[in-house]
Amino acid sequence: MKRITIDPITRLEGHGKIELFLDDDGNVANAYLQIPELRGFEKFCEGRPVEELPRITPRICGVCPSAHHMASTKATDAVYHVNPPPAAKKLRELYYCAHMCHSHIAHFYALAAPDFVLGPTADPAERNILGVVARVGLEIGGEVIKHRAYAQEIQAVIGGKATHSVCGLPGGMSRAITEEERAVFEEKAKSMVEFAKFSLKLFDDVVLANKGYVDLITGDIYTMQSYYMGMVDANNKVNFYDGNIRVVDPEGKEVAKFKPADYLDYVAEHTEPWSYLKFPFLKKVGWKGFVEGKESGVYRVAPLARLNVADGMATPIAQEAYERMYQTLGGKPVHATLAMHWARLVELMYAAERLLELSQDKEVADPNVRTIPTATPDEGVGVVEAPRGTLFHHYQTDERGIVKKVNLIVATGNNHAAICMSIKKAAQGLIKAGQVVSEGLLNMVEMAFRAYDPCMACATHTLPGQMPLEVIIRDHQGNVLQTLSRNLS
Amino acid sequence: MNKDGFEPKIVGFCCNWCSYRGADMAGTARMKSAPNVRIVRVMCSGRVDPVFVLKAFKEGADGVLILGCHPGDCHYAEGNYKAARRIPLLKKMLGQFGIEDERVRLDWVSASEGDRFTKIVNEITAKVKELGPLSRDERGPNG
Amino acid sequence: MAKLKLALYWAASCGGCDVAVLDVNEKILDVAELADIVLWPVALDFKYHHIQAMDDGSIDVCLFNGAVRNSEQENIAKLLRQKSKVMVAFGSCACFGGIPALGNFTNRDEIFQRAYIEAPSNDNHSSTFPQTSIEVAEGELELPQFYDTVLALADVVGVEYFMPGCPPPVDLILKVVDALATDSLPPPGSIIASEKTLCDECERKKEEKKITKIYRPHQVIPDPEKCLLEQGIICLGPATRGGCGQRCIQANMPCRGCFGPPEGVYDQGAKMLSALASICDVKDEAEVARIVDEVVDPAGTFYRFGMSSSMLKRKRM
Repeated sequence: MKRITIDPITRLEGHGKIELFLDDDGNVANAYLQIPELRGFEKFCEGRPVEELPRITPRICGVCPSAHHMASTKATDAVYHVNPPPAAKKLRELYYCAHMCHSHIAHFYALAAPDFVLGPTADPAERNILGVVARVGLEIGGEVIKHRAYAQEIQAVIGGKATHSVCGLPGGMSRAITEEERAVFEEKAKSMVEFAKFSLKLFDDVVLANKGYVDLITGDIYTMQSYYMGMVDANNKVNFYDGNIRVVDPEGKEVAKFKPADYLDYVAEHTEPWSYLKFPFLKKVGWKGFVEGKESGVYRVAPLARLNVADGMATPIAQEAYERMYQTLGGKPVHATLAMHWARLVELMYAAERLLELSQDKEVADPNVRTIPTATPDEGVGVVEAPRGTLFHHYQTDERGIVKKVNLIVATGNNHAAICMSIKKAAQGLIKAGQVVSEGLLNMVEMAFRAYDPCMACATHTLPGQMPLEVIIRDHQGNVLQTLSRNLS
Repeated sequence: MNKDGFEPKIVGFCCNWCSYRGADMAGTARMKSAPNVRIVRVMCSGRVDPVFVLKAFKEGADGVLILGCHPGDCHYAEGNYKAARRIPLLKKMLGQFGIEDERVRLDWVSASEGDRFTKIVNEITAKVKELGPLSRDERGPNG
Repeated sequence: MAKLKLALYWAASCGGCDVAVLDVNEKILDVAELADIVLWPVALDFKYHHIQAMDDGSIDVCLFNGAVRNSEQENIAKLLRQKSKVMVAFGSCACFGGIPALGNFTNRDEIFQRAYIEAPSNDNHSSTFPQTSIEVAEGELELPQFYDTVLALADVVGVEYFMPGCPPPVDLILKVVDALATDSLPPPGSIIASEKTLCDECERKKEEKKITKIYRPHQVIPDPEKCLLEQGIICLGPATRGGCGQRCIQANMPCRGCFGPPEGVYDQGAKMLSALASICDVKDEAEVARIVDEVVDPAGTFYRFGMSSSMLKRKRM
């Protein structure tokens, strides 16, 4: 079999490589996404005081550390059976909405925008954030940086630092904010709401006004029928910080809604020998392999999934955007993987509106943000919606709160099987018998992966993100048949 | 020499005013003791920085002995109390590193207690012999 | 001045150091003026073979973040060393091992056992483990070898500069950028932070340190003006290098030592242990035992970020 290796996968958080195998006719027989890294958090957290886990587990990811910080803090609340004061919960949610803004802004502008603003097969020299800026104006770059910085600043004020914050404790937050700080947050949040609106409009003008892109989004190679999972509040609206977890089937019907503590009844993890990362799947449906459809336990998380499982958005402008998206794409659920980019902007809108709501609530500056735990600690689960998907932290401790066991199911990991399948489907749709593997095609294979939002999105926004790429095609003996490259200097 | 041939190397930190003199007394009185303890004279047991103990293990010691004046008798008044707080905490921490409790001993020996010195040396040597050599593997079998 | 060639790489890393580089915000444009980035897997699509094809020493500066805990990471560290004039251990993981080095309290077998067999969500009746080499229907697939022990960058290659922090703060990053731009880097071997401890930078009121009880952070609401250690909360300030801006302290939480040991200290954990024991005002043997018991995780607290650069390095299994 011919083999195409892409190593390392670039523009994501973490390491990965893709192996594509072509049969003798030149069609893609299979695709493997291998994750070559593992660090062992689930083992080395044993023996640590559980209240330290909110400062240890964010080191799983430096782009969404706040997601781990919040999931971990909520898990410690559960372990200690302690209820934080209302101001602490509001402050946590405010902090967390700021985090979602940082992450979604970075991803959309750095990764997604170039493919749509310039076009998937545009000259790679232009198909990057600089090309986007040239096309839509220099101001955009400044606005992107400014608003991501606002989001980071809000987290830093509350949590000490934006990356690897320290404020979460079982029972509350380490410090309250002042009225002055709240007022500053309010101003930044107002600006964020405008920026989110602008981002949706940009998507409208550049993507939705272009039939070619709409066809790409709705086309078959980027579509995948799967179950969807996301967190919803009591009204079944999307909530990033708290709620229950809802699962819908490929037809959009609810098949489960569970409390975080019950996750083990619904989610299981499969192992393959060719990747260090496991493959979560729905326990009640079962692991049927890397296949689509209702009979397969593969499910997806993150923006599109969250919108698919919810009945709507909890804030007005985001709700409008949500309705518009589903109207345009032909109803719920939407299976088009590339629609994740749109869903991400709808979520940005909600995060910004919710950030404003919370920063206008005077109670968020209340000085009482701690409840001292008194119960004997034992076990608890904390779940949030990380930017990249549902995030589960499950801890068991001894009677002093020293960790005995940890189980984590981490956001993007939920999508691992789906990403593999999306890559394979796109590759099979694009690489056909007798065809030369072209540069534009390589980018289109990447787009299947990119829509899931590789974590390090924010890294690309100021660099020439031309995706230089080299693909080496070897025969089964390892002899090089063809070498393709683009933008290697 | 014991049957297995393993002779532990034990570093013994002895304070100048009490325990070192006690060790000296054991020597001049020709008291028989195991030869495994290498003595390092410090002015006070409170001088023993935990890093000395770690360094001893890193450099090949199988056990570490720290001897000071009896509580209340420290030549510098408080020094041995500091040792009395540091060493138990250090032993707890060493347990997390897989270094058994019996490999480190803090005790008190006065200048006239040559026999006590001998007894302690023999005890720790026997204990550490039983435990075997301390692994110096800093990488593990994989990588 | 010709543009510098700059490489950024991540080993056993979380990506936070890469985000830290971006948190310089608009000043990133100054970086782009100063340097051509020839490797940055998080952001650009240069692959390993691009680096292999470069001349030795042709990369001016390599900012290497993340600890080394598998064979791929060790190999790339050596490759980048060969191709770079200056290697910088960027961030606590590359400098000291960081959080991943807490893995040195365990080993590969235990980690694999937990991750692939024991974890309660696992569905792995065939006891499948990831393999360094596996035959699938279409051919052979490979994964790097996972080590027992996490290493700091300087354990595998020579390093000219150390930038501690988890992640390094923006002002220190800009200091390095400035030094590069004006060709005024400090002498090799330098650690780019303060030469004093965090206590020197900390703005809290410090009086006499004498404590009789240890409190875990969730057990008390600390006075925001007073030294945390004096309130019985373990804070690694006395054994930690300063230069971080005391940001955790400002959030009313104690230091956990991410900037590594101060000047002249060989082992951060031992130093902190000694400092803590010194300030405990207990004499009675039973009281000593009680206070030792209150320090619930000495190794994991005193060596939170520094296992790879510690004297003992790892647990004896």
